[in-house]
This record gives sequence, C-alpha cells and structure tokens, in this order.
Amino acid sequence: MSAAVTLPDEPPSYPEEHYLNNGYSLKSWLTTTDHKRIAWLFFFALTFMFLIGGTAAALIRIELITPAGDLVSDGTYSRLFSVHGIVMVWFFLIPSIPNTFGNFLLPMMIGARDMAFPRINLLSWYVYMIGALAIIASLFAGAPDAGWTFYTPLSTQYANDATIIAAVGVFIVGFSTIMTALNFVVTIHRLRAPGMTWFRLPLFVWSMYAVAVLMLLATPVLAITLLMVTVSSWLHIAIFNPAIGGDPLLFQHMFWFYSHPAVYIMLIPSMGVVSELITTFARKQVFGYEVMVFSMLMISIASFFVWGHHMFVAGESTFSALVFSLMTFVVSVPSAIKIFNWTTTLYKGTISFDTPMLYGVSFIGLFLVGGLTGVMLASTGLDMDLHGTYFVIAHFHYIMVGAAVTAYMGAIHYWWPKITGRMYPEMWGRFAAITMFIGFNATFGPQFLLGVAGMPRRYHTYPPQFQVLNEASSAGAVVLAIGYIMPFCYLIWSLRYGKIAPPNPWGATGLEWQTASPPPEHNFGGEIPVVSRKPYDYKHYDAEHGEWQGRP
Amino acid sequence: MSTKPEQVKVQFETLDQQQSADRLGMWIFLATETMLFGGLFFGYTAMHTLHPQIFDKASHELEWQLEFINTAILLTSGLTMALAEFAVAAKRRWLTLFLLILTLFFGAWFLTAKGIEYLDDFSNGIVPFVAGGYHYSGLQPQIAKLFFNFYFALTGLHAFHMSIGMLLLMLMAWLTFRWRDPDKMIRRLRIVGFYWAFIDVAWITIYTTIYLVPR
Repeated sequence: MSAAVTLPDEPPSYPEEHYLNNGYSLKSWLTTTDHKRIAWLFFFALTFMFLIGGTAAALIRIELITPAGDLVSDGTYSRLFSVHGIVMVWFFLIPSIPNTFGNFLLPMMIGARDMAFPRINLLSWYVYMIGALAIIASLFAGAPDAGWTFYTPLSTQYANDATIIAAVGVFIVGFSTIMTALNFVVTIHRLRAPGMTWFRLPLFVWSMYAVAVLMLLATPVLAITLLMVTVSSWLHIAIFNPAIGGDPLLFQHMFWFYSHPAVYIMLIPSMGVVSELITTFARKQVFGYEVMVFSMLMISIASFFVWGHHMFVAGESTFSALVFSLMTFVVSVPSAIKIFNWTTTLYKGTISFDTPMLYGVSFIGLFLVGGLTGVMLASTGLDMDLHGTYFVIAHFHYIMVGAAVTAYMGAIHYWWPKITGRMYPEMWGRFAAITMFIGFNATFGPQFLLGVAGMPRRYHTYPPQFQVLNEASSAGAVVLAIGYIMPFCYLIWSLRYGKIAPPNPWGATGLEWQTASPPPEHNFGGEIPVVSRKPYDYKHYDAEHGEWQGRP
Repeated sequence: MSTKPEQVKVQFETLDQQQSADRLGMWIFLATETMLFGGLFFGYTAMHTLHPQIFDKASHELEWQLEFINTAILLTSGLTMALAEFAVAAKRRWLTLFLLILTLFFGAWFLTAKGIEYLDDFSNGIVPFVAGGYHYSGLQPQIAKLFFNFYFALTGLHAFHMSIGMLLLMLMAWLTFRWRDPDKMIRRLRIVGFYWAFIDVAWITIYTTIYLVPR
C-alpha cells in the first residue's frame, strides 16, 4: 500500500465488535435501523439495478456497431434505451451517492450516532425496493418504450401499458428520495456534534445538504406530474392532449422543473466526494472553503430556474428561451468556481496518486468537458442545431457517468477501508481507474463528433457514414465495461483476502476516520467527539500519530 | 449517557434536541406537501390561462354555498385541534379527548359534505371520468372536462390527505384515552396539529382558486 502518508508499522487489528458482526441473521439486516447497515442495503440494491441498466446499455452499443438494425427491432431498441434511462437515472444515479455514502458517512462526519429518524431511513429502503419491483414488473409486462422522459402524448396515448407501470415505479421511488432527503436535512440541522459549526462541516456534508434541498422541493413535483400522466392514461383525461384542449408542453415544463434539478441531484454529491478526495491526497486545506459552500448552494438554487433550456425547440417564446439560456450560463459560474478551487487546492500540494485520487482527477477532467459542452448547448442558436443529436447524449453522459459515476467509484475506494475494514488491492485499483477513464472517453468522445455530424438519438439504424465513429464508441464501451467489472471482482475478493485496514489509512482529518474501521454500532463508542477545528486542517495534522499540533 | 432520560432516543443527547428534530422534520415534510399540491395548482393555472372563459363558466356548476359552510366547519376543526394542543399541555386528559373527538366530528362532517357534493356532481353530470357521468351542456363541454378533472384531482388529493389526518386523529384519541405518557402526548399532538393545520391551509387555497376566483 502506498498511502498518502507513512503510518506506524504495527499491523492494524480488526476491532472485536463492530456494526457488521453484531448480528448475522437476515432479520438483523432487514429490520436494522443502523445507518451503516441501511447504506449496505442500498448498495446491494443499487448494484443490482446498475446491472440491469448496464445490460441495456451494452445491448444498445452492440446494436449500433452496424448501420442496419440487425440485433433488435426498432420497438425493442426503444425499450432498451427507455429501460436504460429509467433505471440508471432513478434507480442508480439519483440514490447512488446520497443513499449509500450519504447514509453511511453523514452521521459519522458530523459526529452523530445515527440519523435523526432511523426508522424512516429504513422505510426509505423498502419504498425504494417497491419502486424497483414495479420497474422489474414493467420489464415482464413488455418493458416501457417511451424514453426515460415519459413525454406526452407519446406516453399517455401511444406507449404500451408497461410505460405506465414504470411511471408508477418512478412515482414510488420518489418518496424514498424524499424520506432520505428529509432525514439528511434534519440530521444536519439538529445532530451536529459540539463544536461542529456550520462552517466546520466537511464539504461532503454540505453537498448532502444542498442535494437534499433539491430533492425535497423538486421530487414532489415529479410525483404529481407522473400521477397526472398515469391517471390521464388510465382514465383518458386530456390534460396533455392538444386535440381536446390539453397542452403537451405543460408536461415538459413540469417534468423538467424536476428533472433539471435532478441533474444536479446526481452531480452535487459527486462534487462533495471529490472535495474530500482532493484535499486528502493533496494534503491541503481546500482552497476557498466558504466559496465552495456557497457555490454549491448557488447551484442548488439556480438549478430551479433553468428547466426551459430543455425546451428551446419545443415551442417556447423567444423571450423565455433567452431568459432560460441566460440562467443556464449563470449556473455554470459556480460550477466553474468549483473547478478552479479544486485545481488551486492541488497547487503546491503534496499530491499522491492513490486510486481514489485517480478517480478524483478523472472527475475534474470529465466534468470540465461535460460542463463546457453544456454551456455550448445552453446557447439557443447552437442548441437548435444540436438538440436531439448524439452531442446531447455525449454531453450528459460526461456529467452523469463521467462525473457522477467516477466520483461514486472514487468514493467506494476511498471509504472502502472504513466501511469493510479491509484494503482493496492498490495496483488493481489504479489499473481499473485508468481503464475506466480511457474507456469512458473512448465511448463518449466519438459521440460528440457523431452529434455534430448530425446523428439523431434514439434510432437503431443510421447512414453508413456514421459507422466508424459508432464502432469506436462500441469498442470504447467494452473497455469501460472492463473498467467497471474489475472493481466488482477485486472488491469482493478484498472482503476476505484484503489487508486489514487501519482506522485512518489515508491520514485524513474527517471525523469518520477518528473511529475504528469498521466502526462500532453507534459510531464513536458511546462518547460523541468534540470538534474544535476547521475541516481539512492538514497543515496542523500529524497523520503519523493522528494528533493535532498548534492551537485551533 | 447514563444521565440521559429514558425517552430520549439513542441518536439524541437531550429531549429538547429530539423534539426540535421532530418539529423540523414535520415542517420539511409540509414543504414537500406544498410542492406536491403546488404542481397540481400549476397545472390548473396553466389550463385556466389557456381557456379562461370555459373554466370560469364550468366553475359555476360547483356548489360554492355548500362548500362555504364546509370551509367554516373545517376551520372550526382547526380551532378545536389547536385547543386540544393547549388542553394536553395543561395535562387535562378528558378535555383533550373531548376536543380531539370534536375535531374528528368536524372532519367527518366535512368529508361527508364533500361526498354529498360529489354525488350531486354525478347527478348534474359533471364527472367526466366515470362512464355516464358526464353530460355537461355549457360552454365547450369537451374542454370543460379539463376543469372538472382538475377539480376532482385537487379536492380528491385534499380528501385523501384529510383521511390520513382522520386516521392519525383516531390514533391520537385512542392514545389520549389510554394516557400512558402525557409528556409524549404533548409532543405527538403538536406534530399532528401541524399536519391538520396544513390540511386547513390547503383547503382554503383550493376553495379560493376553484370556487371563488371564477365567480
């Protein structure tokens, strides 16, 4: 292990009692209210859903190797990208970091024994599972085929019944999101340890706060919108049907009022994770802590006023298109601030490229590309041309996979020693991180070119001149898949054979590292810690002895 | 930790902290409820903007006088609920129970009157989603359907919330009757009281938007 710091030579020992071994029965897991165990429950469920969504993506890429539709029919292809989108957005990306790492780390990072409402936390998992079952049921009922956006009147009048079952599944999982977010906000407000003031919170906690606010205010609107779609479809109500007085654009407005903030629901947690990774492996105080906090909150607020940029070509007045375009440029300012601050944190830092850091640096690069192409799409003129092409696909995959999933993988590696008490194999970890970075760019880089060349999204056939780029993209997808499968294998391996992890393998300053790995049931063994310093105070932290030097 | 009172859950240090967490949780929940109703109001407003005359004419089919009385009943139930919170704070067991039952009575009155209005709506032929329930002959009956659908969606969602509120109140009445832990009752009634107040506010908004403004 080549950690960021030299640690004492004595081999670390596994604690005798911790949250994993205080009950082995299925019942002890399914009725647990321990936030750390609930994080595991979500981790299993999310991984399973990721496999479903990933399989659909793999089939899409295989189909697109040749210009003709030789693997699947057009109807099946619509089902594949609909399932891929629905599962990946609502059953993987939105709950990914909040429900696993947020659940596991948030109480530990603020020095609490558990969430404010542990039973609601568990209920959130059960609600998630009911939603997931509805999605799986919709697969057996013929799979939804109206895209992940459920656009009306396609979804209400022309799509199959499975589309409505899937809409109900998404409706249900929304309440799981709301419960988790409610728990986060109350926990952060009410359960901070003595001395843990607002501006001593780690940036990951701030990111959970910003994302929870988004979830709380946006998800109910999605719920009522999908309810309107479902009821319209069942009872033939014409809310979205222009033939008898309805308005299909009303759906788009309401849908994007949720779904644009939802993009930031997927992104902001990864910003929190990367802030932790960069500071730990640069061994520096984060540059401009307060600005980092405010930029995160500003993204969260501004993202409520940009939804119209999804509808530039859908029939919006020029005036509102310009306002939404301007607002979208505005939201890129705090995002840029974050990029500048991360790079400035690296400046003159003592940087070590352990696996989590590789993911962290990948994140910055991929997020930069995704963000800048987003600014391009925010300009109305360019969007007229690029709307509905592979350029948009590539852009949002750079954000949602390139940024969010990369940060998720970084988080898995960074906190794996804390969560399991075992180290992952470092060389394999680095190899997988680099493979994923290369595979990702190889998959989605060519799609920018395809989009500029004019290839529209959601078709399973295309003119022959697009074949080379599509083949390049599919080849890249193979590399990307290997990059995902490797951690899956070696992390399972490490559960049994990995080296035993010390409590603080990275010499990090966060409260979660000041307790045993894996932590005891209520995190800090009875007494909750007292906080007297700003976060990331690496200048005064002696990692070798785990001690602070100098006055706070 | 040994000094901690028994009713404080493990994740909290003091009873005060626990109570303020409960209250904050309820406030946040009500914020999400506002957004839920808000989405429906937004849809209604958008449709009203598209077809203002048709919607206003269609609204004249609704029985605003009946609902005026109903609004008064619901607000009275809000008063009895607030008084119940004071009564339980004064540890007056039977007075609390009486006020809770009174709240339940007014709530039931409201829901029954709402049901009677729905039945009238059916006989007036303004229930578009039930077979044979629609023979409205006013301005543009096809488009007026949208108004009636939103009317049923908004009042229906409200009635659904109200039914949950009634179940909570029944539970509270039962727990007050048992009177095991009066201090806990104070906290519980405060939380339920928040929810009941939200139902009142939601109804006032619905009544104003759908019944009064078009007149």
